[in-house]
Amino acid sequence: MLLPTDFELHRPTTVAEAAALRAELGDTAALYAGGTELLLAMKLGVLEYEHLIDVKRIPALRGIERRDGELRIGAAVTHRELETLPDLPALAHLERHVANVRVRAAGTLAGNLAFGEPHADPPALLVALGARVALVGASASRELPVEDFLTGPYETELGEDELIEAVIVPVDGAVRAAYRKFQVLERPAVGVAAAGRLDGRVFDGAPVVVAGAVDERPVRIPADALAGAAYDDPDALAALAAAAAEAVEPVDDLSGSEAYKRHLTGVLAQRAVLALRGEG
Amino acid sequence: MTATTITGRINGRELTLRVDNATLLLDLLRDMGLTGAKPSCEMEICGACTVQLNGLPVSACTTLAVELDGGAVETVEHLDAGGELHPVQRAFLQHSALQCGFCTPGMVMTAKALLEQNPSPTREEVIHWLEGSICRCTGYEPIVDAILAASA
Repeated sequence: MLLPTDFELHRPTTVAEAAALRAELGDTAALYAGGTELLLAMKLGVLEYEHLIDVKRIPALRGIERRDGELRIGAAVTHRELETLPDLPALAHLERHVANVRVRAAGTLAGNLAFGEPHADPPALLVALGARVALVGASASRELPVEDFLTGPYETELGEDELIEAVIVPVDGAVRAAYRKFQVLERPAVGVAAAGRLDGRVFDGAPVVVAGAVDERPVRIPADALAGAAYDDPDALAALAAAAAEAVEPVDDLSGSEAYKRHLTGVLAQRAVLALRGEG
Repeated sequence: MTATTITGRINGRELTLRVDNATLLLDLLRDMGLTGAKPSCEMEICGACTVQLNGLPVSACTTLAVELDGGAVETVEHLDAGGELHPVQRAFLQHSALQCGFCTPGMVMTAKALLEQNPSPTREEVIHWLEGSICRCTGYEPIVDAILAASA
């Protein structure tokens, strides 16, 4: 089977070359890395492009750099390469459970963000960790928090003339993080990430708790009840679960009813917070 | 059609080919008579089209054929190239890990890729690695047993 539409394939080897192609080709072109989302949509005829710009052959996008307490994950780094990441155990744990082994071998973290699929694992944790995306265009570069980059289902702030250069994740040894999800089909029904500082068993400030996959965008769950509380304080956790169930706006679908997903969000918020004692 | 000239190894043989950009790896292989990898779900869910691209398991149904450029693909047809079944294939036979056989090439290639990465996986690791490889008749226990039997 051929993809339904013919396209020209561009294989730049530098970021500058890719940015120039983006500027020249505009919305007739799509960025192409693992293809795990894009090729599916093209096979179904949902998306059509005259040009694909393959970013996998750009060496500068293939590495993971540690710089100034941050991890710069190049845009062509696959899920699989992040499964064994030592710096961020919570992200490595999440990556080990993205889709299946074949998707993890081909798909990239940056591609996952750029496609803007709401039913995805990484966004919730990246938002909880305060991650950013580094965008580069032919004439300018900028950085945006992942939270602002993802604007809606299949919609992002990525300009027609831009590409993602890296996903930047702060690494702070004092911040513990965890992601917990529930999934019956190929994509998570609900996933909740938590990140926070613990002084022994007690939270130093409130943790950041973010629900993903359940709404059109990642949703912050108010977690004030946990500020200064023990990580396993039953009253604080009950308040968190109630706040989580309120914070999201799920829709009924094959992954579950609205009410069920509200319940799941509360349960997973508690599990993510409880997992902070273990990390991962 | 817009095409690209690629050079890559298919089951150990280096080939230079002119392929349409829109051609999928699965069809390139099947049109060459390598029909072990099966078109089935066509959306990276079932694993029936699994081949190894540069050692890693991929869904050939959702991989462009041009990705072979500069790389190497291995399909189930190559596993007995030395005249003997691969240890994973022998273990599948010994454990009756197949019934209709439709998913088997994908299962075998997935298992082979696992054992190359991790020669001594735990039962849990085998099960995790097989998530996304679907069998609709034998069930998974004999498949997991076979892979563990083939491990070091």
